Amino acid sequence: MKDILQELENRRASARLGGGEKRIEAQHAKGKLTARERIDLLLDEGSFEEFDTFVAHRCTDFGMEDQRPYGDGVVTGWGTINGRMVYVFSQDFTVFGGSLSETHAQKICKIMDMAMQNGAPVIGINDSGGARIQEGVASLAGYAEVFQRNIMASGVVPQISVIMGPCAGGAVYSPAMTDFIFMVRDSSYMFVTGPDVVKTVTNEVVTAEELGGASTHTRKSSVADGAFENDVEALAEVRRLVDFLPLNNQAKVPVRPFFDAPDRIDTSLDTLIPENANTPYDMKELILKVADEGDFYEIQEDFAKNIITGFIRLEGRSVGVVANQPMVLAGCLDIDSSRKAARFVRFCDAFEIPILTFVDVPGFLPGTGQELGGVIKHGAKLLFAYGEATVPKVTVITRKAYGGAYDVMASKHLRGDFNYAWPTAEIAVMGAKGATEILYRSELGDPEKIAGRTKDYEDRFANPFVAAERGFIDEVIQPRSTRRRVCRAFASLRGKKLQNPWKKHDNIPL
Amino acid sequence: MFKKILIANRGEIACRVIKTAKKMGIATVAIYSDADRNALHVAMADEAVHIGPAPANQSYIVIDKVMQAIRDTGAEAVHPGYGFLSENPKFAQALEAAGVAFIGPPVGAIEAMGDKITSKKLAQEAGVSTVPGHMGLIADADEAVKIATEIGYPVMIKASAGGGGKGMRIAWDDDEAREGFQSSKNEAANSFGDDRIFIEKFVTQPRHIEIQVLADNHGNCIYLGERECSIQRRNQKVIEEAPSPFLDAETRRAMGEQSVALAKAVGYSSAGTVEFIVDGDRNFYFLEMNTRLQVEHPVTELITGVDLVEQMIRVASGETLPMTQDDVTLTGWAMESRLYAEDPYRGFLPSIGRLTRYRPPAEVAAGPMQTAGKWLPQPSGQDAPSGDSATRNDTGVYEGGEISMYYDPMIAKLCTWGADRGAAIEGMRLALDRFEVEGIGHNLPFLSAVMDHPKFVSGDITTAFIAEEYPDGFNGVALPGDALRRIAAAAAAMNRVAEIRRTRISGRMDNHERHVGDDWVVTLQGADFVVRVEADQGGSTVHFEDGAPLRVEAAWTPGDQLAVLDVGGAPLVLKVGKISGGFRLRTRGADLKVHVRTPRQAELARLMPEKVAPDTSRMLLCPMPGLVVKINVEVGDEVQEGQPLCTVEAMKMENILRAERKCVVSKVNAAAGDSLAVDEVIMEFE
Repeated sequence: MKDILQELENRRASARLGGGEKRIEAQHAKGKLTARERIDLLLDEGSFEEFDTFVAHRCTDFGMEDQRPYGDGVVTGWGTINGRMVYVFSQDFTVFGGSLSETHAQKICKIMDMAMQNGAPVIGINDSGGARIQEGVASLAGYAEVFQRNIMASGVVPQISVIMGPCAGGAVYSPAMTDFIFMVRDSSYMFVTGPDVVKTVTNEVVTAEELGGASTHTRKSSVADGAFENDVEALAEVRRLVDFLPLNNQAKVPVRPFFDAPDRIDTSLDTLIPENANTPYDMKELILKVADEGDFYEIQEDFAKNIITGFIRLEGRSVGVVANQPMVLAGCLDIDSSRKAARFVRFCDAFEIPILTFVDVPGFLPGTGQELGGVIKHGAKLLFAYGEATVPKVTVITRKAYGGAYDVMASKHLRGDFNYAWPTAEIAVMGAKGATEILYRSELGDPEKIAGRTKDYEDRFANPFVAAERGFIDEVIQPRSTRRRVCRAFASLRGKKLQNPWKKHDNIPL
Repeated sequence: MFKKILIANRGEIACRVIKTAKKMGIATVAIYSDADRNALHVAMADEAVHIGPAPANQSYIVIDKVMQAIRDTGAEAVHPGYGFLSENPKFAQALEAAGVAFIGPPVGAIEAMGDKITSKKLAQEAGVSTVPGHMGLIADADEAVKIATEIGYPVMIKASAGGGGKGMRIAWDDDEAREGFQSSKNEAANSFGDDRIFIEKFVTQPRHIEIQVLADNHGNCIYLGERECSIQRRNQKVIEEAPSPFLDAETRRAMGEQSVALAKAVGYSSAGTVEFIVDGDRNFYFLEMNTRLQVEHPVTELITGVDLVEQMIRVASGETLPMTQDDVTLTGWAMESRLYAEDPYRGFLPSIGRLTRYRPPAEVAAGPMQTAGKWLPQPSGQDAPSGDSATRNDTGVYEGGEISMYYDPMIAKLCTWGADRGAAIEGMRLALDRFEVEGIGHNLPFLSAVMDHPKFVSGDITTAFIAEEYPDGFNGVALPGDALRRIAAAAAAMNRVAEIRRTRISGRMDNHERHVGDDWVVTLQGADFVVRVEADQGGSTVHFEDGAPLRVEAAWTPGDQLAVLDVGGAPLVLKVGKISGGFRLRTRGADLKVHVRTPRQAELARLMPEKVAPDTSRMLLCPMPGLVVKINVEVGDEVQEGQPLCTVEAMKMENILRAERKCVVSKVNAAAGDSLAVDEVIMEFE
């Protein structure tokens, strides 16, 4: 009997060693942790329960039958993050370079099926050279099996991808369909075709880092939602994100004890809006001062900075924030910012996370670049996302809300539950100068007359009261009491029930 | 007594004067420019008059505008504060002509002391010690030696036309005087085409010590001890104290009596300051007299219990000084730190913008001012609690306010009073630790660093202190091991609170909750502390792998940006920020990234590569948030030192960024129209 128990321990020890000491050392030398070390950091200490420790591949080609290590290049299982269940897979680069085989894929599929059945998030740690070439189409089939599950899980349980090494070719499409992608600076990259193929086909000379490094994907392509300094920081921040997310689309948003009075008054917000309407200010200050304990988890911080997206808590409960950022491009909407915010709004709606919107938007960015790029359809994404969202929606207009962009930014007309405005709000079709130039074209030669007309327009529309008279603004509030107002608004919406008409699915302008 | 006075100033000094006026039951009128519409002094005054655009030369120092404000409001007297019109005889004359009292000295005294040469002459005549020197032309080396001997070594031999150290020699004996004269003369002839030379006493180990005088219009004049203002940066005072750690009673009396003699000689009334330079042997020499209230007057108030502004107002209204020289006593010690909106990590460059957070330490009343019933009320009107040592903060800003580019970058004057110098310094350390200022760069870490500098603590300071002790500027503070240990204990205790809260999230698996362990590794300033945290009702005891345990007691909860703790029986105040996996903790001038990890996390964290910060010397970084107006160069261009590289517009000002040295542009990351954050890389060089 004792021998049998010992046999199990021996086999486990062998499985834990993955590709062996040498390869582990090589992994460390690259500044990367091993699959199991990463799980140690991701999950609560001692909470990991492994599946399929002893799974091995079934390939017999190219001498593969001689190497059949336990686990087959991926560690899978479940555990907890601050006591809440998550499923995890972590690719092991020390075993066949983390390459995906049929059985490797089956292991991932197994925990994804479990996650769906039991209603818990899936976190995938990607560190893989790609398809297991020796297995041919079996490996490709494995990818597709994973893809199909990503698709089915989308909107059912949160899916988070952490790219901690190479992720190339078909492999990229699994993370691509998850809710969030995080990367590690200098040690991870993602692309469909690598630098060598690029050179052969298009003659472009480009490094892996330039083509698909963390900087590229967080700043330019927007494929990734965030990048971190190293494995330790990345996994700590994934834990932090999970604390904001519900476990599934039927679960409530998490609540945790908070140390910040919901009725906290912040007088400094009364001076946030500069005297001059064209002077920018930092919208993040408002977000931080409204949030519980000044805690904000920003999503896509480095992309389309003219709009801010991320999670805060109010009274300990998660809330998604969307806010125009006057510091960048005057906070206007454009292709990138519309896409970024639309995806975020849809995530929140899918998982019943209430949405708080801060508006200071002068309109859509003009120009051929935008029009030829299809700003009409991209802008419509954000409009669509807000309009279809049935979660509690609270909107605060701090300054400008001009034109179509006013409609888009969670306006009353898109089923906003609470639409507040600061006294500094200006809700109009456009700025006073532009409006008078159109309305009084014939008087353009007379600067004095135009100045008078501009003043008239300002007096009439550069305030929140015209909109408030019509009920488009529910209340004009003091900036200092924004936190109290917003907290109470969301508190009153905890029982909100709103259903869209039955449809197979909508046809959002993709 | 006046019923209404106007304060012809702004910022903290306007607020300071308003406080005393309020206490005396006098109505106040503030004046303000466009930039100060929402300023604190405007809110504090009973009335406020707008006097023009932001630049001071179109508002605060336009005499006509101030006079108009006086007429419009019917103010009977004007307090000029410091700077602006305070030492402008024309303003005093205009007031006199209008029959409005000037809360300051007579015009004649302002004029006499306003001129360097006249004032020195007057001082000499009044028997005030001046720097010995020979102003006449010197014929040859022999005469130079003769004069130098008369003055007494060491002497400074200077070219009349000199500047920038050229044509300047210090001589300690006859030979050096002879040689110095020749070489100065040659150098002056070559550099300036003017070989006139003069000689004056070279003051070694110079300190800046000044005497506060107070005189009325009835021939009474007293001195209120001295202030030591040796901690200066480029002639800008940074830290002042009273009394001076250097003066003895005899020197103090001599300086005081000479100052009074000078004040009497020029028919002085109101508060004034006689500045001296004092050498290592306590020889003192007159520098100049400031005919106004000094910025650093609070330290004198704190040790004498005299409200100087009150006395200025009373004197201006014709009252007699209520005290004689015998009534003046100096009790305890006062320290003043000037908080400037200057970024110490960027060569003390002025920093402007919004104060996103501004929470000064709570004021505590103590010492002579409190005893005398002269403690100033806070802007809100409530009284400060009393204690053994005092904290006073003279300020003109508030959270959400703006530090404007148009005026002095001083944010606040933080003062502490204690029974002795050590107590005043310790009070200042804690007060600085509690002072929260965010949104702009400021010199608070530097002030903290000086408070812990052994030379400063010993009182062994000269006007060269900052230049000598911080020759390469200020790069933050590296804390000693015992301080790190205390911070590590605090961080471990705080982290435990934060971790336990994390485990209280809803949606946990019943019976399979996460248990927060007791063993942690705290990493800060490159050092690891292996600790075990034993928590109980009152706080926690932090055991170290090596060394004695530390008891930590704190009322800190997650999100608090200020942690006021008791660690090992001594107070520790930390500014707390968030970083991934830990805290950003600031205290005593140090800015620390502190990670608190489980032993397993720490083990794995040690495997992470040390990332070398990119070499920014080959990059052009955006110095402030702004909009790129123009990029002047292209990739491959060879640029010369001083050549414009790009123009960034910030706060409506176009800033031209120039090449620091000859180099070749290898990469341009920004284009016209881009808006950049501070430190974003605009271009790179080969």
